[in-house]
Amino acid sequence: MKNLKKSSKDHLITYGILLLVYIVAEILIKTGNMSSLMQGILVPVCVYSLVAIGLNLCVGYLGELSLGHAGFMCVGAFCGAYTTKMLQGTINNEILLFTIALVVGVIMAALFGFLVGIPVLRLKGDYLAIVTLAFGEIIKNIINVLYIAKCSDGMKVAITDGGAIEVDEAIGEMWLVNGAKGINRIPHLSNFTIGMILIFVALFVVFHLVDSRSGRAIMAIRDNRIAAESVGINITKYKMMAFVISAAIAGAGGVLYAHNLSTLTATPTNFGYNMSIMILVFVVLGGMGSFRGSIIAATILTILPEGLRGLADYRMLIYSVLLISMMLFNWAPAAVNWKKKVMASINNKTSKKGQVE
Amino acid sequence: MKSLKKLLSVALVGVMCVSVLAGCDSNTASGQASAGAATETFKIGGIGPITGGAAIYGTAVMNGAQIAVDEINAAGGINGYQIEYKFEDDTHDAEKSVNAYNSLKDWGMQALVGTVTTTPCIAVADYTAQDGMLEITPSASSTDVIVNDNVFQVCFTDPNQGTASAQYIGEGNLATKVAVIYDSSDVYSSGIEATFVKEAENQNFEVVAVEAFTADSKTDFSTQLQKAQSAGADLVFLPFYYQEAAIVLKQAKDMDYAPVFFGVDGMDGILTLEGFDTTLAEGVILLTPFAADAKDEATQKFVATYQEKYNEIPNQFAADAYDAVYAVKAALEAANATPSQTAQEIGNLAIPAMTTITVNGITGEMTWQATGEVSKTPKAVVIKDGVYVAMD
Amino acid sequence: MDFLSYLINGISLGSVYAIIALGYTMVYGIAKMLNFAHGDVIMVGCYIVFMMMGKAGVPPIVAILGAVVICTVLGMGIEKLAYKPLRRATSLAVLITAIGVSYFLQNSALLIFGADSKSFTSVVNLPNLQLAGGKLTISSTTLVTVIVCIVIMLALSFFIKKTKAGQAMLAVSEDKDAAMLMGINANATISLTFAIGSCLAAIAGALFCSAYPVLTPYTGSMPGIKAFTAAVFGGIGSIPGAFIGGILLGVIEIFAKAYVSSQLSDAIVFAVLIIVLLVRPTGILGKKIHEKV
Repeated sequence: MKNLKKSSKDHLITYGILLLVYIVAEILIKTGNMSSLMQGILVPVCVYSLVAIGLNLCVGYLGELSLGHAGFMCVGAFCGAYTTKMLQGTINNEILLFTIALVVGVIMAALFGFLVGIPVLRLKGDYLAIVTLAFGEIIKNIINVLYIAKCSDGMKVAITDGGAIEVDEAIGEMWLVNGAKGINRIPHLSNFTIGMILIFVALFVVFHLVDSRSGRAIMAIRDNRIAAESVGINITKYKMMAFVISAAIAGAGGVLYAHNLSTLTATPTNFGYNMSIMILVFVVLGGMGSFRGSIIAATILTILPEGLRGLADYRMLIYSVLLISMMLFNWAPAAVNWKKKVMASINNKTSKKGQVE
Repeated sequence: MKSLKKLLSVALVGVMCVSVLAGCDSNTASGQASAGAATETFKIGGIGPITGGAAIYGTAVMNGAQIAVDEINAAGGINGYQIEYKFEDDTHDAEKSVNAYNSLKDWGMQALVGTVTTTPCIAVADYTAQDGMLEITPSASSTDVIVNDNVFQVCFTDPNQGTASAQYIGEGNLATKVAVIYDSSDVYSSGIEATFVKEAENQNFEVVAVEAFTADSKTDFSTQLQKAQSAGADLVFLPFYYQEAAIVLKQAKDMDYAPVFFGVDGMDGILTLEGFDTTLAEGVILLTPFAADAKDEATQKFVATYQEKYNEIPNQFAADAYDAVYAVKAALEAANATPSQTAQEIGNLAIPAMTTITVNGITGEMTWQATGEVSKTPKAVVIKDGVYVAMD
Repeated sequence: MDFLSYLINGISLGSVYAIIALGYTMVYGIAKMLNFAHGDVIMVGCYIVFMMMGKAGVPPIVAILGAVVICTVLGMGIEKLAYKPLRRATSLAVLITAIGVSYFLQNSALLIFGADSKSFTSVVNLPNLQLAGGKLTISSTTLVTVIVCIVIMLALSFFIKKTKAGQAMLAVSEDKDAAMLMGINANATISLTFAIGSCLAAIAGALFCSAYPVLTPYTGSMPGIKAFTAAVFGGIGSIPGAFIGGILLGVIEIFAKAYVSSQLSDAIVFAVLIIVLLVRPTGILGKKIHEKV
């Protein structure tokens, strides 16, 4: 262990914690000690952890604020679910079906990341943020008026005019995407194991990236763009690389999300700017640049509102108060100093103890 | 810096553990409660949004069902057993709704009144089907909700409402040119719009404009109204809820456009909107199964109790929820269910029983088909001098 | 004639966005933070006007004044409790706290006023204006909104350019540390900015709900985000920019509905925004960012 680099050691700790959590959770499920509520929440926790990892790459390492990651999640979710619905009859192996859906969803999210990235990465700061927000809203709006049906005489596609397509379910025709109703009757292919595997893969990818030469280039751009450019770093290439990977991971989260519920619609709560902001909350609360922190924050903030159900009407109010307090506790200079002082006094005490003994 | 980070992560992990433990605790506690109380009471759960933008519908359902539960309990319960009723928030989101369902399952729920809104209902219906639980939704009106055998609706389906509205306008010769304004981001609204436009082809009027709005732009309707006016529409069909309809009516008045406005069951509630100038709604026609100022005794009693308890006049959602609880009661009685049975055992008996029962509720006399669809007759009412008056 | 009507509707909607955007842009310019809770302060203002007019029966002007006072106090309180401790932290941390405050205000309103919508009575009690022999109607609310919006914009510009406090704001926005060295009380200046922003929010709320009269605890969030878009559109931090951005956003939204497709209007509005930002990366009136090495 001692020969390992500090960062590799840190990564191993992260993997270790995750593995431990996974094993403990599986034991609790298998022995029947986990409530239905907790079991049901495991996959959403994985979904938000994934998207938070993706966004952290963009915000923490690339240094660009994106308010449109729910849009990439949305693309991943719809493309993944669409693929599953298309292939449902032809491929019967669930794992294979999910894998294909995942690949399609991730590639499409990456493609959208690339397309959005071309204009977006020319902008800076809040202007970049608002353009990503705009893209997210455009994607949501278009999906709400998109109609695709599998008819006996081939596929039919319509935008805004769903009435133009006649679907007779009696003869095996079906809606794949039905406007605001979205995609229905999606098989439940997601589970906690798949979610954990995806998190491991995503962590592997981002750890590998940030430790590599490309990763150092990306961080150099974040810290000082002009200096990075002057030493010959190809700004556009590395920015795009980080952004596309970030979008792809969000897309993977979307695919997982889509296969967890039987219905998929693009509403302001699940794929609107509210969700993008929620994911940003995970990233900032967990610590920018800390993937482990993102996962922990996503876990806490997903479980918290459910754990507060006993408070009935006051649930969301208490949640908001806790959110504000956690932010102040983690970020306010006064609180940070106080924590430092406490830490120092604890360290002093322990070292003194050591001396006495 | 390093120790700081460590402390931070330790603190976060700590909070996580606490919250996980809290989750476990509440589980074990409720598990004991259900084991102890299982022989005495039926546990009926409800799910709907009581926070978030759709909170108004969920709150109405929560309160309406509560009144029915109180009444039933006071009258001796179901098969002699009292009802325990618990309502969980889903913020009108499919994922949160499934969480709410799981939380109620941990509590020991035996039948579900819910969920209130369509998309979450489709997601939850999938789980209730797996668990074989009886689910009666007061207000999720899409046909996708009832694809599973265990789900029944108290409200009309969207296609029914669209078709019925078009037929009513056509047969009553209410208009020659009709404009439609609908919420393209909403399942309920776009569902009714689609079938209305389709049925209109068979009727003696022409649809001259179909204009949409979305959840993100539902404050300004001046453009949609202007287009309807320019197209010469003498009737505007408004298949959405009364909050938006109130703005439409106000803006139409501001631009001196006075066609006939025609609404569906979501329009009910407009007269009791706090602060609303009811003269704006003069002449509005709507198809609704429930009218808060109906003269029958059951409705009057319900409205009086609701007003006394919640200081509001109940809308259609509250009424549907009230009837849904009575439907559960009728089904459990027909199935001779007892609280000691599991949700699945009750479901096995009560689900087939649903097609045999008749509930005479405040939204009309209801029977159910095996598909889960309700049969009842909508009433067309017109608003005159601030009250509903039957059209026929 | 339709075209004129659409244009008027657009300006009417736009001027409401503009007033909200003015509040956004003020706070952003000086405190360098996106105050996502701004929209919810608007909602609080609406409820106060509603309660004072509906329950207490006071005249509209008094109700608006009451809302202005309460919102100003609220805005300064929020700043002191939630944002000030984070003055030296990263701007993203403050952004997240602002979101927390936004949830807090929404859920408090939900508990206090209930989920039931309220129908807002217009604070403007004047007859509508009829033009071209009754073919063109301009509602009195629209007229008042546009006039108030222009007055506020001019007053703010005057305040910033001509008064000592305004100059202090400008200095803090340029370089807070340098301003403090020059003897400017930066904390007091930022507090004043929040006071002005919240006071504008109360006025915006009363006018917004007069034009679009349904009030719920979530009334503020959507216009809030649209106004944020408008502020960026015009160049965030710029007062005339917020005005132009707001009006343009309103007009584009109405024209997209009228001439392209009401189903796709959200997408069109945002697409136009993206195109404008690509041509002018810092908004219409935004300052060019000079990069230092």
